[in-house]
Amino acid sequence: MKTFTQHQGVAAPLIRNNVDTDAIIPSREMKLVSKQGLGEGLFAGWRYLNPAERQVNPEFVLNQAAYQNTSILLSGMNFGCGSSREHAVWALKEFGIQAVIAASFGTIFYNNCTRNGILPIVLPEQAIDQLMKDCSDDPQINQINIDLPGQQVLSPSGAHWHFDIEAAPKEMLVEGLDPIALTLKQADRIEKFEERYQQQFPWLQ
Amino acid sequence: MSQTLFEKLWQRHLVSELDGDTGLLYIDRVFLHERTGSIALKSLESDGRQVKRPDQVFCAMDHIVDTLPGRNDETLVPSGKNFIQTTRQAAHAAEIQLFDIDDPRQGIVHVVSPEQGIVQPGLTLVCPDSHTCSQGALGALAWGIGSSEAEHALATKTLRVNKPKTMRVRFDGKLADGVTAKDMILHLIGSYGAAGGSGYVIEFAGAVITELDIEARLTLCNMAVEFSAFTGLIAPDSKTFAYLQGRPYVPAGEAWGQAVADWQTLYSDEQAEFDREIVVDCTEIAPTVTWGTSPEHALAITASVPDPGGEADVHRSQAMTKALTYMGLKPGDKLTELAITGAFIGSCTNSRISDLRVAANILKGRQVAEGVTAICVPGSSLVKRQAEAEGLDSVFKAAGFEWRESGCSMCFFAGGESFGYRERVVTSTNRNFESRQGPETRSHLASPATVAASAVLGRLADVRELEKRI
Ligand code: SF4
Repeated sequence: MKTFTQHQGVAAPLIRNNVDTDAIIPSREMKLVSKQGLGEGLFAGWRYLNPAERQVNPEFVLNQAAYQNTSILLSGMNFGCGSSREHAVWALKEFGIQAVIAASFGTIFYNNCTRNGILPIVLPEQAIDQLMKDCSDDPQINQINIDLPGQQVLSPSGAHWHFDIEAAPKEMLVEGLDPIALTLKQADRIEKFEERYQQQFPWLQ
Repeated sequence: MSQTLFEKLWQRHLVSELDGDTGLLYIDRVFLHERTGSIALKSLESDGRQVKRPDQVFCAMDHIVDTLPGRNDETLVPSGKNFIQTTRQAAHAAEIQLFDIDDPRQGIVHVVSPEQGIVQPGLTLVCPDSHTCSQGALGALAWGIGSSEAEHALATKTLRVNKPKTMRVRFDGKLADGVTAKDMILHLIGSYGAAGGSGYVIEFAGAVITELDIEARLTLCNMAVEFSAFTGLIAPDSKTFAYLQGRPYVPAGEAWGQAVADWQTLYSDEQAEFDREIVVDCTEIAPTVTWGTSPEHALAITASVPDPGGEADVHRSQAMTKALTYMGLKPGDKLTELAITGAFIGSCTNSRISDLRVAANILKGRQVAEGVTAICVPGSSLVKRQAEAEGLDSVFKAAGFEWRESGCSMCFFAGGESFGYRERVVTSTNRNFESRQGPETRSHLASPATVAASAVLGRLADVRELEKRI
């Protein structure tokens, strides 16, 4: 997995609450038993006037020239709620999204992000509104800066906010670690636990 | 020290504490299905990793498989056959228990797991499917994860979990006639918002929960994720034990006694403190339906479509306006005057035998209104067989319902079947998101009783109207 430390990029506003994973990647776009080939289906229901024929919807923010090469999404409450499909994260990643800044996240989606090198950032709604305003004149020039080790979001206007992230997902992102390998370092502990556990709850074994 | 039920479950599975509030938790059971489980198995295989305890891993064929009679690997979902066959091959290679298409136990994962007694009080169960929270109804810590986390659980028998806060939702009072667990959960989400449970594990408790049978509890917990909760949970009681006894994967003989003795310790201590408590007075709950595109857009069936102008929160108000356009509604429209063209009884929320009995009771001697496509999809092949043994299939068919094979079916749209563009559907499922049931299909979530009554009247209906007419 790639490491995530600092990132600067174009931020696109998708300011609405409850953007669900069905919207991020509609079920019909998940055609292969694979993590690849999903970027094209990202937001298909909104991005295309006719998803089947890929007729582009000029109104949708990611289709506008000003938002070419977007790598940061700004959104409202409960981003990524709904289905557990990790395809939503794989699609965002393939499209080029590296961070999502939202007022809150669906829990499963949040975890899926940190396991795939995408940084989910929770900021208050006012902060997100200001970020949106600060970038809106010329999003290509007015980019947002994210510093993960320092846990800070910097707006082009100079305003900045601290964000919280648990130590474990932060470490995974910063060091680009594979969580399975990380856990297997504790194999001894797991085995010891298992021994005791199996004695205590024999009917579960 | 006093502990909540959740803390007891957390403690007994805690292998080690990681940084902050993250724990490495021991995972007892993993369930997979052909939609997301296939990827987890394939990716594990290509990384050269093994499933640590294949005997504790299960896999359902439910999401993509057709529910039309005479089905096989061919499915209306584009490239669905690929998912089905890849899953089968990967499940066999990993030597895990697969409930395949032609297995008499086949069905929707969250119906099959309790039915087979795979989920039990006190254990941890995960599945790359958000509605795994349903299974908390039996007093297990069961929650939905992503495919990468599933790989982690398969390979290590553990997961890194950020410890959620605790909330208790107490349902007091008594349910009125015609009001079910589905109405309770829609009412809760309607009152506190779709993000109301965010960050919490929720224990459902109170007099009304004690009264609910296990299948109704499964319905309630099923929608904990629509409330954005980490998961839902109900303390196991004598009803839970009676439900489980004798099921295939449940311990028998001496082990059964041991298990029950342990399960009886699984409740929140009297003095236990929750981070948040909500009390719901059930006497205030009417049959509840959704009007919009989020489960929080839920209202009593007697109400009218709300006016976004009356909503102080800007984001909410904008979402309501969008929802009105999508749903083809205007403020003030009476819910009971909305004509429907589709009615669906199925999904892991409401497709168990008790749901089918309730619906059949309403449909008996009645007809689905003209112009309404009505479909019933039992939650598992065993539910289907049970229903047929009771003659419920004849009631559904005589009323004009299609009677299907078991699976997720039209609960979600994957490019296969749908009710159609802009059709208005009353549905016993759990998600009314835009295009969830098909491109621009307009879904109104409701209980099976409300779906049956609406199918008969050809519009969203208050089930109590029909009862009066009996
Ligand atoms: S029935 Fe619907 S909600 Fe339940 S598991 Fe299947 S697709 Fe998901």
